[in-house]
Amino acid sequence: MSQIQPLFALQIQGLEKRFARPAVDGLDLSVRIGEFYALLGPNGAGKTTTLRMVSGLLRPDAGSISIFGIDALKDPIAAKRIMAWLSEEPMIYDKLTPLEYLEFIAGLWGVDAAEGEARARELIGWLGLEPHAHERCEGFSKGMRQKVALAGALVHEPKLIILDEPLTGLDAAAARQVKTVLRERVHAGGTVIMTTHILEVAERMADRIGVIAEGKLIAEGTLDDLRRQAGQGESLEETFLTLVAQGGAAQ
Amino acid sequence: MSAPGTLTWFARHECRLSWREFLSFISAGRRRRVRGVVIGTALFLAFLHLAVWPIAAPYAVIDGEPTKLTLVTVTGTALLSWSLMLSQAMESVTRVFYVRSDLDLILSSPVVARRLFAVRIGAMAVGIGIMGLALSAPVIDVLAIIGGWRWLAAYAVVAAMALAAVALAVPLTIALFRIIGPKRARFVSQIVAAVIGASFVIGLQVGAILSYGTLSRFAFLRSERMVALAPDVTSPVWAPARAILGDMGALAAVLAFCLAMLAASILCFAGRFGDYTIVASAVARNAAQQRPLSGFRPASSRHVLRRKEWALLRRDPWLISQTLMQLLYLLPPALLLWKSHGDATGVEGVLTPVLIMSAGQLAGALAWLAISGEDAPDLIATAPVTARQVLVAKIDSVLGATGIVFGPFVLAFAMVSAKAALIAAIGIVVAAAASTEIQLAFRLQAKRSHFRRRHTSSRIATFAEAFSSIGWAATGAFIVLGSWVALLPAFQAVVVLVGVIFFGPARKTAV
Repeated sequence: MSQIQPLFALQIQGLEKRFARPAVDGLDLSVRIGEFYALLGPNGAGKTTTLRMVSGLLRPDAGSISIFGIDALKDPIAAKRIMAWLSEEPMIYDKLTPLEYLEFIAGLWGVDAAEGEARARELIGWLGLEPHAHERCEGFSKGMRQKVALAGALVHEPKLIILDEPLTGLDAAAARQVKTVLRERVHAGGTVIMTTHILEVAERMADRIGVIAEGKLIAEGTLDDLRRQAGQGESLEETFLTLVAQGGAAQ
Repeated sequence: MSAPGTLTWFARHECRLSWREFLSFISAGRRRRVRGVVIGTALFLAFLHLAVWPIAAPYAVIDGEPTKLTLVTVTGTALLSWSLMLSQAMESVTRVFYVRSDLDLILSSPVVARRLFAVRIGAMAVGIGIMGLALSAPVIDVLAIIGGWRWLAAYAVVAAMALAAVALAVPLTIALFRIIGPKRARFVSQIVAAVIGASFVIGLQVGAILSYGTLSRFAFLRSERMVALAPDVTSPVWAPARAILGDMGALAAVLAFCLAMLAASILCFAGRFGDYTIVASAVARNAAQQRPLSGFRPASSRHVLRRKEWALLRRDPWLISQTLMQLLYLLPPALLLWKSHGDATGVEGVLTPVLIMSAGQLAGALAWLAISGEDAPDLIATAPVTARQVLVAKIDSVLGATGIVFGPFVLAFAMVSAKAALIAAIGIVVAAAASTEIQLAFRLQAKRSHFRRRHTSSRIATFAEAFSSIGWAATGAFIVLGSWVALLPAFQAVVVLVGVIFFGPARKTAV
């Protein structure tokens, strides 16, 4: 009996999370398989909270999250097995070397040792970390730390990569490397969801863009779709600001 | 208002920071807790006074001129405290070199950095002095209540000792920095500080064991041979002891000497502090090289978690220095064990509680690092492993590391007395498990670098851990001695553990 292939890498329905006030308020969102999806929104819009719930770092108050057809709330381990989470602040251990870190992650995700090592060495070479492969991460710059964390997110070959502001604080060369690696993943059939404040990145890289404000999705589509929805503007910046203003007025 | 960049301006700035840090230390960020902590501390101090009373009382009354025996005993006790102060001071100086905090801001500003470091050296002396005064207060108070007001002069001597400790710690640490280089100085100075802190008390105990077959420091200090070897009562060596005993002339001399030491240290070294911190910061950015990994090793998720914990524990210099301190304190009992080979009487009752107590304390520190000090909590939380698997692996690593440290001691103990060694082994497992459970109940999300300040987050956890370890140690000792009294400390330890399990914050907040 053949299994039905899911259409979406991520499907969120009626997602809610409340702290002092609603952070995510009945959010519906779908991301197709093999898509590069950028999630935009002003500070405090609920982007990070949404992605933290998807990654299993926060429990929603209501709603459902499906990752490649797996109910992430009912079977979080199965969902985690096929995704990776990368935050703005790299999650690495200062006292481990990049290779030791990747060995640890490969072990956690149950990747075969030989396969994991081959991938780790390939990623280290790809990200230009080879000269530092046997140094402890404690002396690394922000860009190098982010590269190590990115290698960690990729070493177990996730189907879905979720990145929260991965380019913040990176220099131009490091940012370009990270963007190239992500693009390659999408070309290879992976799905990437990324939040960013750098609108140019979303404009150039994303297949579709979602704009979130006050915990709700207020606009979604390709850049042209968004321009049409905003009814004006040439750049994404103008479109984004108009959409957020319209969304705020509507609510 | 003092002008910006002057000594008094920096002193005001440091005072404000220290005061706020102190407030946050006692309140753990919750202002309402301050009153509770003050009342708790007062009650604890009262309890300490009562506990110290029977120990200090016999030495309180001194009629006429102090004898050589009295001077030796007082000087020995003061030196013991001073070695701990010196150890603490070396720790503080090292921290100034390597912890960046606000140094980048100040060193990049146009103010004279020498003034800031002069103030910081002074602040270290004040901090260590306050700590010394707080710790010695119960002893001094009891001596003053029984033996008269003249003992109160000891407070001033403790303050002077803090000045001298910092004055010596600064050149010592700088010398280490220059001799072995900034790369290794941080680690080595922590080890040296630990050794200095423990060496005097251990030296006295080793002397006592070799001469009299006992662990009592006082037996050695008050021995005829020691008194005979000591200088004559008229020697200036006894000035600190005379000052403690209320001789105002000696007190003035000690205070003046220690103040001069600190002033000289500040004058000579404050100017160089800035240069050393800059060198140290360059080293901090230079990562340590590890032996290249020969290849990824196949392992279960539980195994990789445990391996990660062990690698991080092994590479933690502060933890290693603390573990070394624990091991150093085990040396005298080990020597006693060796001396008493074939005649276990008395040794069992000493060694069993020492081993159990040390294991409980070490396991508590390791458990905090493994359970609360997770530097990548989001990574672990997004990994396809259950929270239970993570927890089991962390507990594994704590108990395993404790076993590795204490296993050889238990084996050596078994050569003298198999029964006592078995009791000690069981006690070690129980005390380590209890400390781990306490850390589990009070777990929080913190960085490993916050290890030194772990007691801030929960004083209840600190006391629970101490009472639990003491309880199991006393239980082990009484069982070895074959006394039913063992039931009492065991009951106390169980009550502590049950209280922690049922009322600890982790249970209340568990989802």
